[in-house]
Amino acid sequence: MVEYSWPKAEDRRLIGKRISRLDGPAKVTGRAKYTYDLKPQGMLWAKVLRCPHAHARVKSLDVSAAERMPGVKAVRVIQGPGAEIQWALDEVAAVAATSEALAEAAVRAIKVEYEVLPHFVAEEKIEQAPKVDPGPEETVGDPDAALAAAEVKVKGTYGMPLVAHNCLEAHGQIVQWTGPDSLTAWCSTQAVAGVAPQLAEGVGIPAANVRVVTEYMGGGYGSKFSADRWGVECARLAKLAGAPVKLMLDRRAEITVAGDRPSAYGEVEVGAKRDGTLTAWVSKSWASGGLGSAGTPPIPYIFQVPNRRHRHSSVPTNRASARAWRAPNHPQGAFITMSALDDLAAALGMNPLDFFLQNLALTKLEKVYREELQAADELMGWRQRWHPRGDPAKGPLKQGLGLSLHTWGGRGHRSNCEVTVHPDGMAEAKIASQDIGTGTRTVIAIVLAETLGLPLEAVKVSLGDSRYPASGGSGGSTTVGGVSSATRRAAQNLLATVFAKAGPQLGAAPEALEAAEGVIRVMAEPSKSLTWRQALALFGQTPVTAAGANPGDGELTSSGVGGVQMADVSVDAETGVVRINKVVAVQDCGLVIDLKTAESQVYGGMIMGISSALSEEKVLDPVTGVALTTDFESYKMAGIADVGELVVRIMTGPGYDERGVIGLGEPPVISPGPAIANAVANALGVRVPFLPLTPRRVLDALAAMTADVAKKETA
Amino acid sequence: MARDGERDDPPAGGLSRRAFLRGGAAVGALGSAGLLVLEGAEAKAPGASRSEAGVEVWGPGEVPIRLRINGKSFDLKVEPRATLLDTLRERLELTGAKRVCDRGTCGACTVLLNGKAVYACSVLAIDVQHQPIVTVEGLGRPEKLHPLQAAFVEHDAQQCGFCTPGFVMAAKAFLDHNPSPTLEEIHHGLSGNFCRCGTYMGLRKAVLAAAPQLPASALEEEEEDREGIDDPAMSDTGEKEPAKKKPPKKKKRGRRRHG
Amino acid sequence: MQPFEYASPTTREQAVRLLAAPGATALAGGSDLLGLMKDEIETPKRLINLKGIEGLTGVRSEKGKGLRIGALTTLDDLAADAALGWEYPAIAASAGRLAGPQIRNVATVGGNLLQRPRCWYFRNGFGLLAQKDGKSMAAEGDNRYHAILGNDGPAYFVQPSTLVPLLVAVGAQVTLFGPQGERRIDLEKLYRIPQKEGEPEHDLQAGEIVAELFLPPAAGRKIASYEVRQRQSLDWSLATAAVCLEMDGGTVGRARVVLGQVAPIPWNATEAEELLKGKAIDAAVAEQAGENAVQKARALSHNRYKIQLARVAVKRALLKAASMMEEEG
Repeated sequence: MVEYSWPKAEDRRLIGKRISRLDGPAKVTGRAKYTYDLKPQGMLWAKVLRCPHAHARVKSLDVSAAERMPGVKAVRVIQGPGAEIQWALDEVAAVAATSEALAEAAVRAIKVEYEVLPHFVAEEKIEQAPKVDPGPEETVGDPDAALAAAEVKVKGTYGMPLVAHNCLEAHGQIVQWTGPDSLTAWCSTQAVAGVAPQLAEGVGIPAANVRVVTEYMGGGYGSKFSADRWGVECARLAKLAGAPVKLMLDRRAEITVAGDRPSAYGEVEVGAKRDGTLTAWVSKSWASGGLGSAGTPPIPYIFQVPNRRHRHSSVPTNRASARAWRAPNHPQGAFITMSALDDLAAALGMNPLDFFLQNLALTKLEKVYREELQAADELMGWRQRWHPRGDPAKGPLKQGLGLSLHTWGGRGHRSNCEVTVHPDGMAEAKIASQDIGTGTRTVIAIVLAETLGLPLEAVKVSLGDSRYPASGGSGGSTTVGGVSSATRRAAQNLLATVFAKAGPQLGAAPEALEAAEGVIRVMAEPSKSLTWRQALALFGQTPVTAAGANPGDGELTSSGVGGVQMADVSVDAETGVVRINKVVAVQDCGLVIDLKTAESQVYGGMIMGISSALSEEKVLDPVTGVALTTDFESYKMAGIADVGELVVRIMTGPGYDERGVIGLGEPPVISPGPAIANAVANALGVRVPFLPLTPRRVLDALAAMTADVAKKETA
Repeated sequence: MARDGERDDPPAGGLSRRAFLRGGAAVGALGSAGLLVLEGAEAKAPGASRSEAGVEVWGPGEVPIRLRINGKSFDLKVEPRATLLDTLRERLELTGAKRVCDRGTCGACTVLLNGKAVYACSVLAIDVQHQPIVTVEGLGRPEKLHPLQAAFVEHDAQQCGFCTPGFVMAAKAFLDHNPSPTLEEIHHGLSGNFCRCGTYMGLRKAVLAAAPQLPASALEEEEEDREGIDDPAMSDTGEKEPAKKKPPKKKKRGRRRHG
Repeated sequence: MQPFEYASPTTREQAVRLLAAPGATALAGGSDLLGLMKDEIETPKRLINLKGIEGLTGVRSEKGKGLRIGALTTLDDLAADAALGWEYPAIAASAGRLAGPQIRNVATVGGNLLQRPRCWYFRNGFGLLAQKDGKSMAAEGDNRYHAILGNDGPAYFVQPSTLVPLLVAVGAQVTLFGPQGERRIDLEKLYRIPQKEGEPEHDLQAGEIVAELFLPPAAGRKIASYEVRQRQSLDWSLATAAVCLEMDGGTVGRARVVLGQVAPIPWNATEAEELLKGKAIDAAVAEQAGENAVQKARALSHNRYKIQLARVAVKRALLKAASMMEEEG
């Protein structure tokens, strides 16, 4: 029996070190070929006719002119007469033609008449919603009595808008039929193994006959798990045309229909004892996931207040279905909760650091948060620098600090890996995962090389192909745990096979062998060794292969991380412009495989969080229901100058490493919103209750306070 | 024109997966499908232009143009509406510059034109003829990285990598004009590019680290226009024919950008 | 993008003759035009490239009689120009802050003057006045970036340039060249508020091109502008104020205060200008001038904050002009 485990700290050659991603050179030289870059011979371009209305019925549709155009090879009606369209830019018809310009011209030639129907897109005004789906009310203890008895309480409304994933590589694929019932699809997807059967079902062929390939992909963030209707239509066009077809979304469609992180709005009343002990929480929240629900944000977040009640309602809107967006529902839960708790701390006159510390027993990770808060305090100089709400500095520039806590699961997903050592001594791992940009390729290579005692140059990672052993989608921070555990087990299994043959050759029991420094050797007598080539010769001319899976024996991955972030901001109280001075992130993630790419994950999550806190908002027109922010100019993401100084500390070593590998993609994106909003409140002395923290939001909040003060003065 | 027309009729049979995935092979395939590399005389086919007010009026159909990319000349035929980006990507298989916003905002299509960073999506190919253009393929290769690219790898200034070639080129242009920048100047100099994965920390470190060790790159500097037509199979990146080394003419403007 | 013809003349006369064809449009840097063409908001049948025309680039100093700036000068060259930097550092600095490097490297001065509004209804294909059932979509819908002045209808978009307010404030003139020859007008006369859909927001006549910008000598006037941008990376100003003060000893003789991004045209804040006459600039005067500048402002449903931004921009531009405040980031 092989005992699966990670190597002990002193034995790690590669794991936990700072290793540059292996596909870095291909990417920085522009040689990495993404789906968007590929062009099989004879490829056609597909373009989609999209409905310009947020809610409409197709009255008539005439594709004959498009069909007659030279160079047009296939036309598909996707939603014909009678179809009720539920969101703007939904697909109505598609064409494939010999050039992109021709395809565009053909789309223009399609005539459609719509009956425009009433729409609703503004879920923040829940009172105007034609329909609300109230979720179940969850109650623990006696929140009403506890609230009545609370010595200090606050009440507030908080919210964050709809944001878009806005992947730089748009959603899309190239489909080529390889036989009457078989096809290959090059997809920009974060789930090669999951998309293959979806495509097969869409076009009605056996799943085994569909191959999905994703060598490189330009960002997903949760929006690229599905084959999507446009993927299936691309396959249908390819079949009709008898040629490979490429269908990539244009930016307007990418922002409008290919990624929505649901908004969230909440009304909270929270109470505590005078000493800061949390006693009562009553809240309701609502959000929209398009026509359907977007799940339920965890509220109250992290702090299980002893007496609490919460209800989350879903508000149907006329827009494309929400997609998972990095840490689904956590940023929303964290923003509403941490904002309310920060307001309560201010009402208590407490330093939020003390307030959060005091209530850590209400969390599931008390020890972790305590250590992380302490580390963050040191990195930020919180205790020296914190001031009560309202920077007394003269002049318009106000500085403030804010903090937030978060959690995530991150256990490794179901994953299979096949490891092969070839007769030339080169090792290969095959796995139907994909490198979404997190460094999955590199992580697999590190685990394989570490386990086989080989240098990184002697291992090859083959991924991004649904024909390899199945592995989960790259989402929920589950990939690193899944692929590393499966690879570790496969490689350990392979070693067992090789040791069984090599033992007799080296005059030692298989258990007495190790793979190290590029050879198989006797642990007690390292001079007795075989090169891998020699070891493989024992198997004849055939490579040696072993499989590994996750989950499996041995605790290689686990779940449940904590994280703390502190933000330092300056707010121009006259213009409402918020600038980030510094954000500190302290994060645990169990055993780190590659410290360099792990830190990049944390930076990346922080930046995405900062960006949505400061400026991102998908604005839907109240008049027509269509998205108005359809380009990079109006959909405002943070640039390099906007994110301030970022400091990351990943908690590693004893107490953390033993937990095994835990994913890291989601947690750091959760806290920037609340930490920054709390810092703005600390700077101004006024809560800006809604993200993003634009000059409009900030100045509106300041104006409301002024009006409030004036009202009180006249009263 | 006739040879161009061939492109509209996809040849039967597919390319092998291996050939397809190795970008280079696709160039060969395109070449065999008549990649638009025409003799000068043929390119001047009658009807391509006519004179008005003493000026040639081109289009709206395909017209012959000559581009100078990574030190090599390419004669091809494009419609006046073809952007430089689409021409690079669709006609020359230079796919390092990415199409992301296609509206001159995101920076993923950044190339150097006359040594300056421009959005390839927002200039017309016909409008930038005979001017030196450098794409990311004109810097280093995976086996032999340009020091700036090596710094990007070392400091992990990339995740999914889709914005990365654009950032490399923007950083190259920036450092060529400002060889020892402050962090604030880097922010200003790279403010025309966006990353979605959040690689800005790596980018800052990479550009700061690369600045002192950046050699003069010969490629983007003025070079004699090589007459004659390149073999299409050779024309993907100019790799096979290293550019002539020339001392760069660095115009140090030494200006402090206002930030 | 729809197909079009292309020609690259070498003289102004040729350009004007080529522009006489129906559907002909001038192409300068193209950074705005090409995007509009991709979205089919503009569908020219013919593009006339102006970049090959001799004598339309560069800044020429007229020996104490001002500066002539070729309309095809790129914004990057403008920002770096020594003569402009000496005479009008505020203008050079503003050009250097504009957009990002890739745009400054191709976009031209003339293109900046003539760029189309960024109004998201316009850019999403609803037309410049964006009217639906006789009502303005901007007025009824999301107008957070729209006009607070000059918005008594039917136009609600804002003039997008951050350079134009400064240029108007210093008394810039433009030379237009067209079929009837050359004419020179005050820059502010180039802008108009369209009254019905299809009318342009510029007063260019058919076939006319902007050939040159003329700046009078700075002559010791105090000049500054303040632009409120949220992001430091590639962002549009939410409100801009430019001031130009002719000093009479320690007090203001004549003042120009011009606002950008608050109205469909560069907005003359005459109420602020009148206040400043005869005053020495101090914090209180600057504050009051800001207050006066927005006296007639009217907020739409989503843009009340822009009144505050305009107010502060005027105050800060005045403080900058009086060297009581530093250049913004």
